[in-house]
Amino acid sequence: MNQPVEAVQMPLPAAGNSRRQNIGYWRKYGAFYLMMTPALLFLLINNYLPMIGSVIAFKNVNYQTGVFQSPWIGWKNFSFLFSTSDAWNITKNTIIYNAVFIILNLIIGVALALLFNAMRSRRLAKFHQTMMFLPYFLSWIIVTYLVYGFLNPEIGLINKSLLPSLGIQQSFDWYSDPKYWPYILPIVNTWKGIGYYAVFYLAAIIGIDKEYYEAATIDGASKWRQIQSITLPLIRPVVIVLTMLQVGRIFYSDFGLFYQVTRNAGALYDTTLVIDTYVYQGLIVTGDFGMSSAAGLYQAVVGFILVFVSNLIIRRISREDALY
Amino acid sequence: MATLSMKNTNGKLKAGGKPRSVTDISKPANTLINIFFWIYSALCIIPFVLVLVVSFTDEKTVLLNGYSLFPEKLSLSAYDFLLNDWSSIVRSYGISIFVTIIGTVLSIVIMALFAYPISRRDFRQRGLFSFIMVFTILFNAGLVPFYMMYTQYLHLQNTLAVLILPYLVQGFFVLVMRTFFTNSVPTELIESGKIDGAGEWRIFAQIVLPLSLPVLASVGLLCTLNYWNDWYLSMLFINDDTHINIQYRMYKALQDMQFLSSNSTAYAAIMRQNPSYQLPSETVRMAMAVVGIGPIIFAYPFFQRFFIEGLTVGAVKG
Repeated sequence: MNQPVEAVQMPLPAAGNSRRQNIGYWRKYGAFYLMMTPALLFLLINNYLPMIGSVIAFKNVNYQTGVFQSPWIGWKNFSFLFSTSDAWNITKNTIIYNAVFIILNLIIGVALALLFNAMRSRRLAKFHQTMMFLPYFLSWIIVTYLVYGFLNPEIGLINKSLLPSLGIQQSFDWYSDPKYWPYILPIVNTWKGIGYYAVFYLAAIIGIDKEYYEAATIDGASKWRQIQSITLPLIRPVVIVLTMLQVGRIFYSDFGLFYQVTRNAGALYDTTLVIDTYVYQGLIVTGDFGMSSAAGLYQAVVGFILVFVSNLIIRRISREDALY
Repeated sequence: MATLSMKNTNGKLKAGGKPRSVTDISKPANTLINIFFWIYSALCIIPFVLVLVVSFTDEKTVLLNGYSLFPEKLSLSAYDFLLNDWSSIVRSYGISIFVTIIGTVLSIVIMALFAYPISRRDFRQRGLFSFIMVFTILFNAGLVPFYMMYTQYLHLQNTLAVLILPYLVQGFFVLVMRTFFTNSVPTELIESGKIDGAGEWRIFAQIVLPLSLPVLASVGLLCTLNYWNDWYLSMLFINDDTHINIQYRMYKALQDMQFLSSNSTAYAAIMRQNPSYQLPSETVRMAMAVVGIGPIIFAYPFFQRFFIEGLTVGAVKG
């Protein structure tokens, strides 16, 4: 990865066949290299040099001597990580939550898009779309405030007003019992993000030629039939690409959702700790650099394989939607 | 699921009278859908209304009756407290605004400058440089080496730079720009620019950029949102009060009221005058949220239109 950067810094490497060709090349494309320099420098510092730093996972880091002087310990960090129940727990949580999110985003997103498209009044559709899209714009901090307003155990809306008005006197301690969170987190995630997916699907539906529907109506096809035989098949490429993009990132979680919305409550870790929050915890709170970077590298490598594979699949299905 | 039952009313579509076009749905179905969306929209808005109402409620009422959309007694004491603390809030706003503006402008410039060469078909190395960018999407080193880089080697803790730098170049946005440049800037236009003697910089600034305003605007909006909503970088790298942005200040206020009381001169001043003063903590929290939400709610309707356009332009064509 050092090659391109060197190429930028040395204006006249022996790249072509003859010197004159080289001069012509640089006169023509030199400006391009200059244009790319800021981003390349940035990538070097922000992305590529830290990749070398991944060796931390194989070291017993000594903060005083620095990363590179620290002694190698091979796979020990990994064997520690995988010998704990943490590894299994965080992997399971990460994958299951993401799988649930992907399914909900797909089903509810498509359903909402179909409903939007069916509405007679364009103006009302736009209005509701605006409402639904609003949560997507908010930071996780704000969402955490909103969730807290509902779930505060003593004075939250649910325990204090909603449940009593339904005749339920029991008070739930949301922030200390992990069993509620596999339901709360998908609801919050869907509430915040669904507008985004619905917009994509709606754009795809609007792009469908109206003549298909007119012909189908003349042939006597019911609305439901039209959705099954026209709309769904025609938005299939968009559905597949959006879903595969999420599948590729199934090893990564939305840090804000899992850290902020759960208020990082230790009591909830059984059902809320994911790889990202675990790595953060190890780095900042317990200071266990070795284990934390082992978990990070595990995530990065498996994540890489998943992105790579899902991109291969996207390429198969729709070449121009692939990442590379 | 709701769709299923609605579609059964479809028989009435022809019998029922006057559909405006063949693709219109029947009246009852339309009513059902409308009811559904009114409920859904309410679910999106009610949490905000709740926070707003609680922030104007009397603290004792909140503690006694809980959060309510229809409180018994209203009060301005929460805002009164925050008003005393306005300087730290204004500073946090300032930091958020500064970081967002500088970050977005720099991002757009740097990313566009990279995207343009790799969009040119006659540039032999475009594949290589595209790959250098794409690889950063596929693989990242993880949090620990990233954190070490910024703290151990660049020593950027507690600076504004560390709130800007990490989000500067996003591979995905560069690819979006590249695709736009390739598809929407005609090669002939670039050729004619060259014939007229314009250099690459000039072609980029005077031909490519003006033609690419839609993509620049939508990527710009995404960057703005990234920077404005960020609290993660503050949490990682900032531990002094002077560099706290508005999101992180809200986070701190929600975490513990101690932060608001111990960090504000306002609290000290009030305590001096009235030692039995009780901080209206629940309502101050929610008032803090209202203050933080403020600007984004006002900017939202304006943002949203461009945002949807940008998303859908990018979505349908790679």
